[in-house]
Amino acid sequence: MVIKYFSWIKEYIGKSEELIELPDDITTIAELINYLDNLNDHYKRAFVKRDLIKIAVNKTYCSVETKISNNDEIAFFPPVTGG
Amino acid sequence: MEKQTTIPVKINIQNKDFNVSEETKILQQNETGAIVNFVGIVRGFDEKNNNVIDSMTLEHYPGMTELEIEKIVRQGCQRWDITGVTVIHRVGKLLPSDQIVFVGVSAKHRQNAFDSCNFIMDWLKTKAPFWKVEECNNHKKWVNYNLSDDEATKKWVV
Repeated sequence: MVIKYFSWIKEYIGKSEELIELPDDITTIAELINYLDNLNDHYKRAFVKRDLIKIAVNKTYCSVETKISNNDEIAFFPPVTGG
Repeated sequence: MEKQTTIPVKINIQNKDFNVSEETKILQQNETGAIVNFVGIVRGFDEKNNNVIDSMTLEHYPGMTELEIEKIVRQGCQRWDITGVTVIHRVGKLLPSDQIVFVGVSAKHRQNAFDSCNFIMDWLKTKAPFWKVEECNNHKKWVNYNLSDDEATKKWVV
């Protein structure tokens, strides 16, 4: 699975993208966030304001309940500020 | 049934500047009696924090940005009788007074052009994955989202 991070989330985690092998017991975005959150303090800091964080699966907005698989591209980013 | 949209639509995400006059001429080639253009400009002053802004850098999510703007434009085409749409959004480092974004809509009649241009811009501000970081006195600060941008989209909910 490819995970992309943008804006200050990318800076907190220290990378813009990573490839992970999704553990079998992780089937939703909420479970993925919990898994990442437990990896180290960088992720923990990034996901502190998790209600604020926007999520995309395969470049489409989704919610924490969305089901995911190893072939998906996930993205985590703050509310957008373009225009 | 969804209205099929076959009008010319141009969506560009680019570093380079754009020329409003040239973009207007392109829209003028559509069957049109009215063109409405919106141009967003980099402000040189952060009114909330009372800071002079030296520069601003925009990043985006390639692929998703284009998809989100396409969805917004498609909704605009279904809702109003319009004949062409151009959306150009710049990324990378920009300076105060630089152009950031262009949304141009051609229509047979002005009200459709005004309303659809406003609609596209409002949704672009809240859905298209761009992020701005401001540089002030050698400090970088990610721009916070503005709740009023969310509020602005409510007028389009039917």
